[in-house]
Amino acid sequence: VDSTTTALLGSVFVASLVEFVEAFTIVLAMGVTRGWRSALAGTAAALVALAGFTAVLGYGIQTWLPEALLKLVIGGLLLILGLQWLRKAVLRSSGHKALHDEEAEYAEQQEAAARAERTTYAGIDAFGFLVSFKGVFLEGVEVVVIVITFGLTADSLGLAIAAAAVAGVLVTAIGIALRKPMAAVPENTLKYVVGLMLTTFGTFWSLEGVGYFRSGHDSIEWPGDTWSLLALLTVWFLLTRALVAALSRDRAEVSA
Amino acid sequence: MRLLRVLGAFFYDLIVGDDWRITAYVVVVLALAALLLGAIAHTALLVGGAVVLMVGFAAAVVRDGTKP
Repeated sequence: VDSTTTALLGSVFVASLVEFVEAFTIVLAMGVTRGWRSALAGTAAALVALAGFTAVLGYGIQTWLPEALLKLVIGGLLLILGLQWLRKAVLRSSGHKALHDEEAEYAEQQEAAARAERTTYAGIDAFGFLVSFKGVFLEGVEVVVIVITFGLTADSLGLAIAAAAVAGVLVTAIGIALRKPMAAVPENTLKYVVGLMLTTFGTFWSLEGVGYFRSGHDSIEWPGDTWSLLALLTVWFLLTRALVAALSRDRAEVSA
Repeated sequence: MRLLRVLGAFFYDLIVGDDWRITAYVVVVLALAALLLGAIAHTALLVGGAVVLMVGFAAAVVRDGTKP
């Protein structure tokens, strides 16, 4: 496993960890408030739906997209996702956006669950089932998109799935041991790191994939290959740190 | 039907996110890079494309951070 693949797997692991923590908060709130049977049934149904979604998306992308177009489409998607994550992380770090609070999210979910009417089908509470299903499925789809895009482009889909699975098992194990929301996870820092990686690989691959539009439909190549990737990561890092510093200073001056 | 609506809203949020201009900007930069493919050297296209992406991102974040 080379350094690029290691960086990709690390990104998949951290991104999955963040999403699983968010899904866990929702399932925990439903389990405690509406009953564990409904929460776990919703989680199991979401995992089955996610497996189907992964198979269809992975097969479709691998079968129908030629290599350069794959880099353009997947790189473009990673770039958009990465820039959205980075934007939020920079605004949060500089105090222009509220930090994500897992305990507040948990309280909000519990409150909604306590207010909802109880309708049961075959002993399963519909509200607890649906909210758990939606939470796990939607957070899971984000993991699936990252796993498939990184895995296929780096030709390491198996390892990417393994990295996400390890993150899932880890969050589940810690969650079962704690039985409370994992508010101590430094979510903004993790999202910033993943945003940097998504943006770096997205910039690298999407611009390479532009070569699809030349005769022969081959990717164009960065000079120095992996060194260019490292240079892109460094510049994105320095740019975002400069933005955080400038916006923090600006906020301090406004408050003064 | 309700699940489809939720999924649609989710994918819109995932791809377009809080700032649709970032998504539109990425699409425009990649389209311009494709148009310039035969006109300039590949290294200039790659490096120039990355720089244009970075400048656009910085401008978007500064605008979001300084608007009242």
